[in-house]
Amino acid sequence: MNRASPFLVGLLFGIGLCLAGMTNASKVLAFLDLGGAWDPSLAFVMGGAIAVAFVAFRVAAGRAASLSGGPFHLPTARTIDTRLIGGSLLFGVGWGLVGLCPGPAIADIGFFDGRAALFVIAMAAGMALYSGLTAAPSTRRPPRSRSTVEGFVRSID
Amino acid sequence: MTIDWAHFTPGSALAGGILIGLAAAWLILEDGRILGASGLLGGLIPPRSGDWQWRALAVLGLIVSPLVARFLFAPAAPVIEANAATLIVGGLLVGFGTRLGNGCTSGHGVCGLARLSPRSLAATATFMAAGFLTVFLVRHVL
Repeated sequence: MNRASPFLVGLLFGIGLCLAGMTNASKVLAFLDLGGAWDPSLAFVMGGAIAVAFVAFRVAAGRAASLSGGPFHLPTARTIDTRLIGGSLLFGVGWGLVGLCPGPAIADIGFFDGRAALFVIAMAAGMALYSGLTAAPSTRRPPRSRSTVEGFVRSID
Repeated sequence: MTIDWAHFTPGSALAGGILIGLAAAWLILEDGRILGASGLLGGLIPPRSGDWQWRALAVLGLIVSPLVARFLFAPAAPVIEANAATLIVGGLLVGFGTRLGNGCTSGHGVCGLARLSPRSLAATATFMAAGFLTVFLVRHVL
């Protein structure tokens, strides 16, 4: 893997979040506040990002390998289960409480924001708690596939 | 519902979204990986041999992005109003929830929807609905 590219991807991702206003929790909460003065801007963030990514995934689907020569690591899970819905529910509540989702929260560290740092520490602790629970010896099994970013598929069932 | 026209920024939102999409495009086409912030960080907790370097580099790029953005435009400083207890509870929920649900706004909301994944559509609908409902309860009911 080209070592420069993940760094530059993170950089571009973060610059996009800053430009879009997603790094500002109060703007995100204004989008989530349908009952107040609603700021629909973040729908445009999603729309722009999805449109570009859609083309990229269509191009990727027609290729056997990535430009670095490695395979495409795509999620293998297909079922809509209680883990997916329950996890997304918990995430949505936390997002609504603070106005930060993982990407903007991490980027906000670069603004030297103490509140963002506290949030990221708690977020990392939540992730560690999940890893700890799912890596218990009684339930540990080999990963079903190589891990992907989204489809971190470990058999815990 | 009333629209807050004074704070509505469709141009910069769309431009920022396109940059996020380009970052996702770059990662999938160059390295064959899906761009998802919770997966990037979660995959480092704990780090796994041969898999942690690219994640750490992407997280580092994300952290330094506001410093670089300052050379390009004037990024709005983050306004985070939640108190310490709310930040801790919210952070724990976001961290645990995104790992349990295998993704967040970027992994499911951008990449998953762009891949037309039914799982990601279900996840995105769920966390959006939970976000809307939570803000409604906190701001207008409690």
